[in-house]
Amino acid sequence: MSARRRNLRNGLLFCSPAIIGLAVFTAYPVLASLYYSFCNYTVLKPATFVGLANYRALIADKFFYQSLYNTLYYAVLSVPLGMVTAFLLAVLLNAKVRGLAFFRTIFYLPSIVPVVASSVLWLWLLNPDSGMVNAIIDAIGRMLGIPLQGPGWMQSPEWSKPSLILMSTWGVGGWMVIFLAGLQDVPREMYEAAAIDGAGRGGMLWHVTVPFMGRHIVFVTVMGLIGASQFFAPAYVMTGGSGEPAGSTLFYSLYLFQQAFSYFQMGYACALAWVLFAVIFAGTLLFFKATGRFAEATGEG
Amino acid sequence: MKADRGAVVSDPLQPGPAGRVLVYGLLILFSAIFAAPFFWLVTSAVKRPEQLMAYPIQWIPDPVVWSNFREGWEFRPFSLYLRNTLYVAVLSTIGSVLSSSLVAYGLTRIEWPGRRLLFVTLIGTMMLPGQVVMVPLFALFVRLGWVDTFKPLWVPAFFAGAFYVYLLRGFFQAIPRDLSEAATIDGASEWAIYWRIVMPLARPALATVGLFAFIGAWNDFVGPLIYIVNENNYTLALGLSMFRGQYGTYWHYLLAVSTLVTIPIVVLFFFTQRTFIQGITMTGLKG
Repeated sequence: MSARRRNLRNGLLFCSPAIIGLAVFTAYPVLASLYYSFCNYTVLKPATFVGLANYRALIADKFFYQSLYNTLYYAVLSVPLGMVTAFLLAVLLNAKVRGLAFFRTIFYLPSIVPVVASSVLWLWLLNPDSGMVNAIIDAIGRMLGIPLQGPGWMQSPEWSKPSLILMSTWGVGGWMVIFLAGLQDVPREMYEAAAIDGAGRGGMLWHVTVPFMGRHIVFVTVMGLIGASQFFAPAYVMTGGSGEPAGSTLFYSLYLFQQAFSYFQMGYACALAWVLFAVIFAGTLLFFKATGRFAEATGEG
Repeated sequence: MKADRGAVVSDPLQPGPAGRVLVYGLLILFSAIFAAPFFWLVTSAVKRPEQLMAYPIQWIPDPVVWSNFREGWEFRPFSLYLRNTLYVAVLSTIGSVLSSSLVAYGLTRIEWPGRRLLFVTLIGTMMLPGQVVMVPLFALFVRLGWVDTFKPLWVPAFFAGAFYVYLLRGFFQAIPRDLSEAATIDGASEWAIYWRIVMPLARPALATVGLFAFIGAWNDFVGPLIYIVNENNYTLALGLSMFRGQYGTYWHYLLAVSTLVTIPIVVLFFFTQRTFIQGITMTGLKG
């Protein structure tokens, strides 16, 4: 056998887990789900083709819009807040501090706590009557001599999403580690040159660090938004899958899950999934286009 | 000359004395904020129910009710859930390490047409939301009779995760080619080179993959939620979630079990910190 043929055979053999995996766990389900999205499908009975009925129903479904709104609300606030927090922590850790490993551990640990455990914990932290957060608010109020009352958090339709955003900010350790690695790659000479040019510390951060970290910032933003658009587990665990109170935690993926596994509207769930995919895909493309221009605009400096 | 300039500029990365106070002040403040939930978790887990509801809040548990851990654990068959979780996590770990390393080897150490296309396709799937494939996979596993077994939770791990392949690929590329070329001349097969040369050298990267796979399986909630029905097949994550649904007011037990489910992950992290941090650092940020 020639070397080329042997290489082809070996290459295919070694890569067969990925090739089979892609076919069985990605390609087939993607096509099937696209087909099901045009079907009435309950899994128990064979799918029946219904054309655009699912998509038409979706346009008239107020829960679709509500879950879309909830998810956007969550994504738009949790991703920037988490990124600023992670960036700030990374900058602090990068200042050659003693006890780096200690601080890094404290900031990182929350991100690997099992999601069910952290959801239970945050539900308890934010308990309006007996939770730590409202106890601290109460204590601050008494210190200042003004009665402060903490909100109802997960029990209040206005505060349930901020509750979940707060919880997600606690878990930004992974992003922080990525930013920290990026900060250590910024060439020292750039800071020295900026210092000679008379840049202050804030100026250096904004004109040297941030542009150099562009790649990391884009990566974290995209991954963060994709993750946020699929936000599910904490809302499910905390509300028992209901999306209460008043539908305020009915996130897109939670609604999709309900349609699939509570009502067995599998075709409708597939239509919801494809809309989500389209939004993520278009959003990512747009984002890359926008940031491409952003890089051009700042490339001069 | 150089030292001179350094003295004039001063180290731009080193804050001055006032700056250092600010940096440490902020670090301590943020540490307190990030650690506070852990404090609240552990102290609440050893309180009596009436202490949990006390007003004003009782910060330090008195008495310390250690028995909450045992009683909470035995309130539901959590030992069984632990066994199920370990079964799934160990198989997923083995599957991820084996299959992802095979694929990474095939992508980096063997020249064959189509390997670039395969790699790009694989990376592209990372953008695909899991919800898109959720329903057909469920239907597939129903047909295979795998629902309410552990198979949907660990079998896919044997078919190479995109993220792990990506991670290993970078590592495998850095291993000098001369090593495998020399072995080829000595008549070693591709398999022998993979198993006896590349795998031992890649141990740190393999450890990272194994660690991520294990923790991923341990923490996984959505998989068991979809595929596990019978209580005897619950994993820890699913069992804890169901416990919260059914006995949501038993806070002392809920928090005690949450602590117990978290401890192994924290311990694992402490023993493998370097592997961990390196792994995340390698995440998608090379070139």
